[in-house]
Amino acid sequence: MRNLFYLIFNFFLLTPCLLFVFTSVFTSVMTMTITTTARGEVDVLVPLTVPEGLQLIDKPNDNGQALMLLWKKNSSANSSAPENDKISYEIIIAENQNGPFFPVGKIIAPFKTKYDFPQLFGYAKENKEYYAFEIKGYTKPNEVKAGEVKEGEKPKTTDVLLSPNVTYYVKVKVLEEISTTPLKFNEKELNEVLSATTKGNWFATNKTNSVLILIFLTVVIMLYIYWAQRNPHGLFIRKIAGLDAMDDAIGRATEMGKMALFVHGLRSVSDVPTIAAMNILGRIARKIAEFDAELKVSHWDPIVQQVSQETVKEAYIEAGRPDAYKEENIFFAAGDQFSYAAAVEGVMVREKPAAIFHFGYFYAESLLLSETGAQTGAIQIAGTDAFTQIPFFITTCDYTLIGEELYAASAYLSREPKLLGGIKGQDVGKVAIIAVLILGTIFTTCGWERFSQLFWP
Amino acid sequence: MSAIDTDSNSNSNSDMNSNSHNKTNEWWIFAVFFSIIIIANAILLGSGSLKWGWSGVGIMMAAAFTIGLYSFLYQDNPLFKMAEHFYVGIATAYLIIVTWYSVILTDIIYALRDLWSQPFSSTIFWQMMAIILPTMIGLLVYTRLVPSISWLSRITFAVIIGFGSGLAIPNAINAYILEQLKPSMMPLWTSAGGIAWGALVIFFGVITTLVYFFFSLEHKGVIGKTAKIGIWFLMISFGASFGYTVMARFSLLIERINFLFRDWIPLING
Repeated sequence: MRNLFYLIFNFFLLTPCLLFVFTSVFTSVMTMTITTTARGEVDVLVPLTVPEGLQLIDKPNDNGQALMLLWKKNSSANSSAPENDKISYEIIIAENQNGPFFPVGKIIAPFKTKYDFPQLFGYAKENKEYYAFEIKGYTKPNEVKAGEVKEGEKPKTTDVLLSPNVTYYVKVKVLEEISTTPLKFNEKELNEVLSATTKGNWFATNKTNSVLILIFLTVVIMLYIYWAQRNPHGLFIRKIAGLDAMDDAIGRATEMGKMALFVHGLRSVSDVPTIAAMNILGRIARKIAEFDAELKVSHWDPIVQQVSQETVKEAYIEAGRPDAYKEENIFFAAGDQFSYAAAVEGVMVREKPAAIFHFGYFYAESLLLSETGAQTGAIQIAGTDAFTQIPFFITTCDYTLIGEELYAASAYLSREPKLLGGIKGQDVGKVAIIAVLILGTIFTTCGWERFSQLFWP
Repeated sequence: MSAIDTDSNSNSNSDMNSNSHNKTNEWWIFAVFFSIIIIANAILLGSGSLKWGWSGVGIMMAAAFTIGLYSFLYQDNPLFKMAEHFYVGIATAYLIIVTWYSVILTDIIYALRDLWSQPFSSTIFWQMMAIILPTMIGLLVYTRLVPSISWLSRITFAVIIGFGSGLAIPNAINAYILEQLKPSMMPLWTSAGGIAWGALVIFFGVITTLVYFFFSLEHKGVIGKTAKIGIWFLMISFGASFGYTVMARFSLLIERINFLFRDWIPLING
């Protein structure tokens, strides 16, 4: 049975990896092929200052509301280089080949290349040889009746966004600055009318690596959850110091006959740190109910408060003490960052809790809260993944859970298979990241970037 | 037993005495503080440093509340309590107003009114549904007021958490894995042939820190030593972050002092 499990595990672990590498290589090859074909289609011979190989294409990986104008870097040694800041291009667009044409905008040097849009065209070096300009919309003059516009008054215009599944026609006007004072341009409108149809894409190919990583992590986590359900004590999670102190803190509150205060961070209920904090709150509430101590929970968001009420109530019921649950103790403090800090500080100094728990995502109020808590003499345990606030908790709290320890905490405390599986799966993900990092750095150092590009966003 | 009762009686008597003493003290603090504020503002108005009007009243109130909140640096006191309760009340009132005008009116009532005024079609119907359904789900939160159907509020929480996680997970992979991997895989040699120290530090820093956050193995032996290097990297970065944030906090303090001694009492010139 165990061999079969390992076989399945290896299959699921390796298949996404191979699929990932295969798809990425395939995508890279396809991108290169398309680029070559596009280059082969260049047949427009134009005067010296005119862009070479103009192309209008539908913008890849979008919702069908943009086009891309591409042209080749001017290779002629005698020509005015397109990088020349004296040259600019004016783009006009229409929904019919014969017009009316409306202005899109002016393209001024320095121009962006296809390489500057890696989400659309990838990281192929050939992309540096093509300029690219994104067309999202145009300016259309408002319809006016005769006599409505006064003399000297500019006609009003409306910005129109491109629509999906519409064929647009684009013309390019080349402007060459011949004098600055007074500003004079040599204009040349190209005869060629470019056309392309906007199309929405169901699949954003630039996110292929994200999807494959998601599948890989999901499969690994699911397998570990399955494993944890079959053998909940077989999965090891290392000791997290702050969590062992949690029971001591609750015990201290019980012995002193004082309350424990749980302070939520400033994020909504759908944010991951808040969800992690909620799991920890459930565990703390259960212990508090078992010890017959008092728990107060402060909130910044009314919806988080509602979820907390449910969580704490459930914990009290699980502990067999539904009568001890007090809804008014799970309170809304304030809806603004610093007024929340002021209100919670007030609770701390007036009610002097024996234990204070700060869990979730905190901002500048972290030091105000934890410093006040420290002054009241409470034992404080904090956990946050807010990188800039961790130092403040480290300096003022007795124990601090750093970053991901916050997520591991709920699994460590509850030993629930789902959470344990999640932590184990993430560890496999970290090993994979370390492997990619080492290989990527070695290959990049050797001058081969193709491998690391597979993992670029 | 009787000794305990006597103790508790004497304790409650002393608590009552202390409470009434505290209340008298609180009134004195209020009286002295407001007298000083009124006299100071009268002098400032009289000398023309402050102008009478809404802006002048705003400055006077902001100054009083600022001092009230800073008084917490000494200890908890009635001035801080007053400022705290005003602050919480005003912030909540502001939140309600913002929600009413920018969410309920704009996104629900006006949006539905505009759709209602247009000729009915399947597109309009679905656009209306896109407003009505989320509103209905939101309103389910109020079922918590009726205990027998309060379970319905869980639907709202499930939808919010589900949507949030669904949106967050793909973005997290992009932001926390791919975006971080890109600048971490740099060449360790410079084009001139030397060692790229910056890239080397990042390379070792990222790997050792990742090892610290590895929960499946005990931090012993090689793993323990690597994790220890990782925690050093973390602490150095926390130190830098601490210093940077403290500097930012000082700028907030300077801004408040600037307000008190430039906008309110004109002691700072320029």
